[in-house]
Amino acid sequence: MLIAVLSGFIFSLFLVVFGKFFKGRFSLAASILPLSLFIYFCSFLGPISSGEIVSQFHPWVPSFGLNLSFTLDGLSLLFALLITGIGFLVFVYAATYLKEHQYIDRFYGYLGIFMGAMLGLVLSDNLLSLFLFWELTSISSFFLIGFNNTSSESRKSAVLALTITGTGGFLFLAGAVLLGWVSGTFSMTEMLTMREALHGSDFYLLIIFLLMGAAFTKSAQFPFHFWLPGAMKAPTPVSAYLHSATMVKAGIYLLLRFTPILGNHEVWNTTLIIVGGITMFYTAFHTLFRTDLKSILAYSTVAVLGLLVFLTGLGTQYALTAAAVYIVVHALYKAALFLSTGIIDHQTGTRDVTRLSGLRKVMMPVAVAGVLAAISSAGIPPTIGFLGKDLVYEATLGMGDAAIYLTILVLFTNVLILYAGFVAGIRPFSGKLPDNLQKIKMPGPLLWVPPVLLAVLGLLLGIFPALLDAPIVRPVVEAVGGDGAAVQLKLWHGFNTVLALSGLTLGLGFLLYFIIKPSQGKVTAMGRLEAISPKNIALNFGNSFTRFSSAWTGVFQNGFLRNYVVTIVLFLVILVGYSLFSGSEGIVIDWRSLSKLTFYEIAIMSLMFMAVLFIVASRSRLNAVVGMGVLGYAICLLFVIYSAPDLAMTQFSIDTLTVILFVLVLARLPKYLEPSNHARKLRDGVISGSFGLLLALIALEVLQEPVNKEISEFYAENAYVLAQGKNVVNVILVDFRGADTWIEITVLTAAALGVFSLMKLRLKKDERRINE
Amino acid sequence: MKTIILRAASNYMLPLLLVFSVFILLRGHYLPGGGFVGGLVAAMAFVLHAFANKLETTKKLFRMHPGFLMPFGLTLALLSGLMPMIIEESSFLTAMWLSEALPAIGAVGTTLFFDIGVYLVVVGVTLTIIFTISESS
Repeated sequence: MLIAVLSGFIFSLFLVVFGKFFKGRFSLAASILPLSLFIYFCSFLGPISSGEIVSQFHPWVPSFGLNLSFTLDGLSLLFALLITGIGFLVFVYAATYLKEHQYIDRFYGYLGIFMGAMLGLVLSDNLLSLFLFWELTSISSFFLIGFNNTSSESRKSAVLALTITGTGGFLFLAGAVLLGWVSGTFSMTEMLTMREALHGSDFYLLIIFLLMGAAFTKSAQFPFHFWLPGAMKAPTPVSAYLHSATMVKAGIYLLLRFTPILGNHEVWNTTLIIVGGITMFYTAFHTLFRTDLKSILAYSTVAVLGLLVFLTGLGTQYALTAAAVYIVVHALYKAALFLSTGIIDHQTGTRDVTRLSGLRKVMMPVAVAGVLAAISSAGIPPTIGFLGKDLVYEATLGMGDAAIYLTILVLFTNVLILYAGFVAGIRPFSGKLPDNLQKIKMPGPLLWVPPVLLAVLGLLLGIFPALLDAPIVRPVVEAVGGDGAAVQLKLWHGFNTVLALSGLTLGLGFLLYFIIKPSQGKVTAMGRLEAISPKNIALNFGNSFTRFSSAWTGVFQNGFLRNYVVTIVLFLVILVGYSLFSGSEGIVIDWRSLSKLTFYEIAIMSLMFMAVLFIVASRSRLNAVVGMGVLGYAICLLFVIYSAPDLAMTQFSIDTLTVILFVLVLARLPKYLEPSNHARKLRDGVISGSFGLLLALIALEVLQEPVNKEISEFYAENAYVLAQGKNVVNVILVDFRGADTWIEITVLTAAALGVFSLMKLRLKKDERRINE
Repeated sequence: MKTIILRAASNYMLPLLLVFSVFILLRGHYLPGGGFVGGLVAAMAFVLHAFANKLETTKKLFRMHPGFLMPFGLTLALLSGLMPMIIEESSFLTAMWLSEALPAIGAVGTTLFFDIGVYLVVVGVTLTIIFTISESS
């Protein structure tokens, strides 16, 4: 399984080098990868359906509890099959769809990373590695949304999506670390046995809210849903793959995965029902006000995601079975609708549903796919959508007192989803073909076969639900803690309430479809409410944060070195002074314990004192720098008499070079523009005086404490024994603390590169214009 | 500074100071010294040369920009840390030693190469900064 996960990344790495040769026919060959992975995962269908769980363990950073442990159970297998199966069709489809594109190699590279990350996400048993893959899917999604990077809309949407899903990633990390800390393990299999302890933990609520935050942002739940319609700026194959079939279901996956561990708690269930309920109705309603086909599909996708969260919240046998079936149903019909929309866009150049009709006359196979997918989304028998919808009604009807409200909510949502499916799958193909579309060419089979395949599969599974039941749905339900055999998938349940509800849904849906026509007017009407939409609130928040930080930066990063120094010193004086004087004992210094001053010390001190006076009094920068040099050398002398020759040598060289540097820089500065006035000199004098006094006090205070020599003794004793050196300082630098030194010289290098690039690398004239 | 005496002297001082800096680098293992100070002394030698002559003359002494010493030194230090991982399968930066001390240099181990790496980086960093700034002024 490790290789299956890594293959996507390896494939992308390969494209970095050989991408240039990849264009043209070879891009089609790339689809071998998802196909072989799909076959590989299909081979697990037998063992998994007989109750087996396949796991693999590869230690990665065991000291952090981070391991690549993969577990394949029903839930993982369902997602793995969706990722590789739909991935295969999308790989095939995109080869034609983006044939002309300059950067098609990059596109496949991002897709490869995504596929690997998504497989890693659904297979990981370790929460930390799950987090890593989770983030990688967000990042690859960012690149795919912004794939047309010349359009500023694309870039904006990509950043928006990354911000929202990235925030969720933070929440996930916090939740995962907390959960790992409470349970003492990062393995989800082990957590299964700690259900009681976790439910009783003080942190239970915090953990579930963090994890739910992660799931809601990833799966575009209200009020974070708006990034998903924005993500439709991505090329259509991406929308079909990431933003409807797989990535956005990662949040649902997480919730289902944690249902047996954290679920079945009042807060868990209620929150999911409320958030899912609001999301599905709110976004399904929005589909009425869109004319862009992809936008309609995006909103109905969010509605289905809401429905899945809602079902997870219900948490009953029927609800979990319904969720499992609905994941399949939705992946099949929605991917088909997206792909057929992509074909329409590709051939006609528009996705505006008000300008499209009668396309069946020019692209019959696409029409077949669209119509089949639409009736599956509507839940018309004998498609699999019908089964899914029945199960949803069974689930809501079984909810006791709340049943009637929940059922009504689901009924309306289903009606709206039916409408969205019909608008996207049937309206462009029905009616009269307008004149301007007469000459549209039939797309190649590589474009229309994938959606037809998906749509037909939806029909087949509906007629033969047994194909889905035992091999896939039952293991999923068992993986999320239910009894797999409790619910049988059947097309015909006899005449009952559920059937009546189904009929009602269809009736209302048809009515809605024939009464309400998508129009530009409705889009404008909705546009007026844009100001109070969650998207706008989030954007405003982001903008004001940017304004706040630029104001903050303007105040503190004002470019005056002296102000920086004043800020730093003042902060230190206040903070250190406070903690020094607020202590219970205050400052006690036993003057008698200090040794007497020697002649050398007095001489050096007076040298330093004179140098300081000279610096303060001097009226030229150069003189001041020379004074600083004298001060530095005097400190070196102190090091010499206190027998620290290493320090003295280094300090001596550094001081020399600093003076040289100063002199070089000073040549670039103007002469004293304004000799400091007295008030400022006084202020600086007070600040620096108090800083010096404080440090002196600290030094004296330190001398009063018993000295802990353990560390220096360790080095002194072991320098020769362990490191064969007699100079302890050097041995520490190159051996005991060698890693620190290595990082320090790296920092030095970075500083030098910084100086070099600031001074040397200026934009040329023509480059500057582009930047502006 | 265009004094003939300094210019004449600097031509002799440069090699002398460089030898001295290597001396400091090598003695660091037993006595005060080491790669960091050694590198600073070497950098000073070049800076002195640049002051006495022109910067251009000093730069000509290098075949390429002294900045290239930085990645070179970093790599050397890193490799000296990685060697024990590869050869002895011990952890990063565990020192390995030749069994016998060499005459004049003393015990030779991976730490010596680490220190040489530090030396090169320090020379590269100092000269890059000083050359860059003095060129722009």
